[in-house]
Amino acid sequence: MMVSFTLNGSAVTARVQHPVSLLDVLRDELDLRGSKGACHQGECGSCSIMLDGELVCSCLVMAADAEGSEVVTIEGLSPADGLSPVQEAMHRAGAVQCGFCTPGIVVAAAELFDRNPRPTNTEIREALAGNICRCTGYSAIVRALESLAGHSA
Amino acid sequence: MTAITRVRRVEVSGGVGESPLRPDGVPKLRGEFDYASDLWSEGMLWGATTRSPHPHARVVSVDIAPALAIGGVHAVLTAGDVPGRPVFGLEHPDQPVLASEVVRYWGEPVAIVAAEDEDTARAAAAAVRVEYEELEPLIDPEAADAVDSVFRRMRIRRGDQSADGPVVVEGYYEVGTQDQAPLGTEAGLAVPDGQGGVDLYATSQFVHVDHEQVVASLGIPEDQVRAHPTGIGGAFGAREDVNLHIHLCMLALHTGQPVKMVYRRSESFTGHVHRHPARMWYRHEADDDGRLVRVEAKILIDGGAYASTTAAVLANACYFAVGPYRCDSVSVDGTGAKTNNPPCGAMRGFGAVQVCFAYETQMDRLAERLGLDPLEVRRRNGLATGDRMPTTGQLIETPLPVSEVIDSLLSMPMPDEASGVSGLPGGSGLTTEAENVTRGVGYALGIKNLGFSEGADDYAQARVRLTEQGAVVETAAIEVGQGLVAVLAQIVRSVLGVSSAEVRHVDTSRIGSAGSSSASRQTQMSGGAAYEAARRLRQRILDGHDGDELDDRGVHRAGRLVMPMSRLAAEGWEETVTFRHPPTTETDEDGQGSPHADFAVAGHRAVVEVDSELGLVRVIRVDTAQDVGKAINPESVRGQIEGGILQGVGLAVMEELIIEGGRMKNPNFTDYLLPTILDAPDVEALLLEQEGSWGPFGAKGVGEPPTISSTAAVVAAIRDATGRALVRVPVRPEDIAL
Repeated sequence: MMVSFTLNGSAVTARVQHPVSLLDVLRDELDLRGSKGACHQGECGSCSIMLDGELVCSCLVMAADAEGSEVVTIEGLSPADGLSPVQEAMHRAGAVQCGFCTPGIVVAAAELFDRNPRPTNTEIREALAGNICRCTGYSAIVRALESLAGHSA
Repeated sequence: MTAITRVRRVEVSGGVGESPLRPDGVPKLRGEFDYASDLWSEGMLWGATTRSPHPHARVVSVDIAPALAIGGVHAVLTAGDVPGRPVFGLEHPDQPVLASEVVRYWGEPVAIVAAEDEDTARAAAAAVRVEYEELEPLIDPEAADAVDSVFRRMRIRRGDQSADGPVVVEGYYEVGTQDQAPLGTEAGLAVPDGQGGVDLYATSQFVHVDHEQVVASLGIPEDQVRAHPTGIGGAFGAREDVNLHIHLCMLALHTGQPVKMVYRRSESFTGHVHRHPARMWYRHEADDDGRLVRVEAKILIDGGAYASTTAAVLANACYFAVGPYRCDSVSVDGTGAKTNNPPCGAMRGFGAVQVCFAYETQMDRLAERLGLDPLEVRRRNGLATGDRMPTTGQLIETPLPVSEVIDSLLSMPMPDEASGVSGLPGGSGLTTEAENVTRGVGYALGIKNLGFSEGADDYAQARVRLTEQGAVVETAAIEVGQGLVAVLAQIVRSVLGVSSAEVRHVDTSRIGSAGSSSASRQTQMSGGAAYEAARRLRQRILDGHDGDELDDRGVHRAGRLVMPMSRLAAEGWEETVTFRHPPTTETDEDGQGSPHADFAVAGHRAVVEVDSELGLVRVIRVDTAQDVGKAINPESVRGQIEGGILQGVGLAVMEELIIEGGRMKNPNFTDYLLPTILDAPDVEALLLEQEGSWGPFGAKGVGEPPTISSTAAVVAAIRDATGRALVRVPVRPEDIAL
């Protein structure tokens, strides 16, 4: 079957032959490999995307369920050139090591700042509770987002 | 040895001691960085692996016909198709590329397939019909020890073996199996070159050792295989051993097409080695002042089915069995058991983690027995430069700031008594009532070697070239996330005197080995090679142009520019250096000798809040002081410390790969619990900079010490809060509440 949806502002149609996750379709059919697959069961958040304005794990969304919806990925959240404020804050705070979790964390943090421009430490932690980072111990990520929120880190 | 000739640091932007932005930060943040799992090639096939469902069985027959019958399947290969050496291994080749007669662990590869898409490949791997005759698995490492099924035994005897003291503490300790759980799973792409050779782009910590093993098993000349450093999502020891590398190359050469393979998470758990589970018995004897008179230890680690690095991990566990403490009468017996459990090997801390949990618990018990403060008993015994290692007798020549670590921990402010709601055990779910919470504080110190040991010829090669874009550092050293890509450039800037410098990873055909990105070694080793290459290059350039200064503008003589950079770069200057650290020796039959090139110490103070009724623990804070030599990039050092501490916290309170009857019960992220941002403590770190003797600018390795004593400190804090003995990690709720 074919699935049509809006991807980062453009209409796309993808071929879906069998039950497959939206993550796999994004990566393998639509060549957007910024969203990462690390657990394939919604535990790590590496595949986080926005689906009709909701933060979701794309590994848990059936591709067929994306029909007619609006999908925004890390590629869509990144400016044409350079970095978004969330990305810039993380870059400056040293919040990227191996970087595998980073796209998912950027998506989750952008969603947080969209609805709450000055989140507290607790709000930052709760918003990112679904994103596992194995490298940083999260401290630099918290510092980055606290500084973006205007709190002294 | 090719040592560093020390030179004055050139003042230059982005040099040593600064924390310039990571050059790979922007692509990683934009989702544009290519990891091995993102690689793509026109016309590529997907690979998949058929694995044993039994921990121990005879392979009666393998029928590949049902797999081949599936449309879109291009190849199904079994043991008989391995063209060269049928086994591989990081230190000792004992592991079949594909099992033939016997499978020795749950998940061992038996067949590999290549097909037109990933699902077809997995379906074909599942369709391979393997008939097994189950055998009794050997799963208890003590039983393995009893029947002499071992990879290595270690024996250390130092000093008067009849020494004794009036104060005795004895204990038995266990450490469960921890997984590195790097976020990126094993992945790779092999591309045939059409002339019988192959290019391999796969997750790795050490491409030259992959290359060596791939070449041996393919049975083709060395120059026919090129292993390329490739983007990887973390490592922590999991990527030292070959897993899919030989398989990918076999499939690519067999089909003549590029082949890609990506392990899913559950397969990743079976596809890489783990931290060794350990059982340890200790007896400490001290005088009435708490000074150690004798330490005895028996250490048993389970290496699983194949050798991997068990021999070296066991050696480390035994060499560091006493910790950073003086003692002149030591007896250590160690065994690395060979069982039918999943193979164990390298993980951050490499044997030093397990023993640290045991010896630090012993030190706390000694302090308690004597009514001493836990840090006071450590201070009375702390090693210092000029002492001998309690186990090997090796003279400690490097700065070893044990007493400074203790002073630093004491100087750091304690967190407020009142935690916010989110600080409570169970988090903001309000599982716990604030009045049921008890706070505890615990301390631990740890020590580890840096670089390869026991007489290994440890070296790293790097090349520094001058181009019109500035200096380029060529290396095969793997960037695992630690920030080497910034550190090597910083070193070259500060030595060469040129502010524009970048690191380029090149494949095994274009540069010599950098060794592994492990053992906390690359800043010292590849950093040492880059330092010395830059120094020689600068000297040659200045000599060649009779200059006295080199900077971004070019060569100067007496304040006048005599050779502009554009013309200088066009001259094609480059320098390649192979750096070696001071030689080490194997030890004798009593474990005596000088097996280590360098040491580093760190200490941790953990503050926890515990709900003893529910058995819930919240680690509020972990403060640390660490011996770093010289922080080349303070922000990256901090990143290693914060990340390493959380892995230590994970081992203390949640991370355990549960293996029953040789089978993994929780090989996924739902059941193998990793610390989230809500579990992460606040961390304050003091970097102790006493310059080491041979690293660039006095740098020491920093990656492993954060993971060594953080676990022990957290458990000490839980003991302080609960009064429980807690002799096993991870500490489970039932260990506290029941």
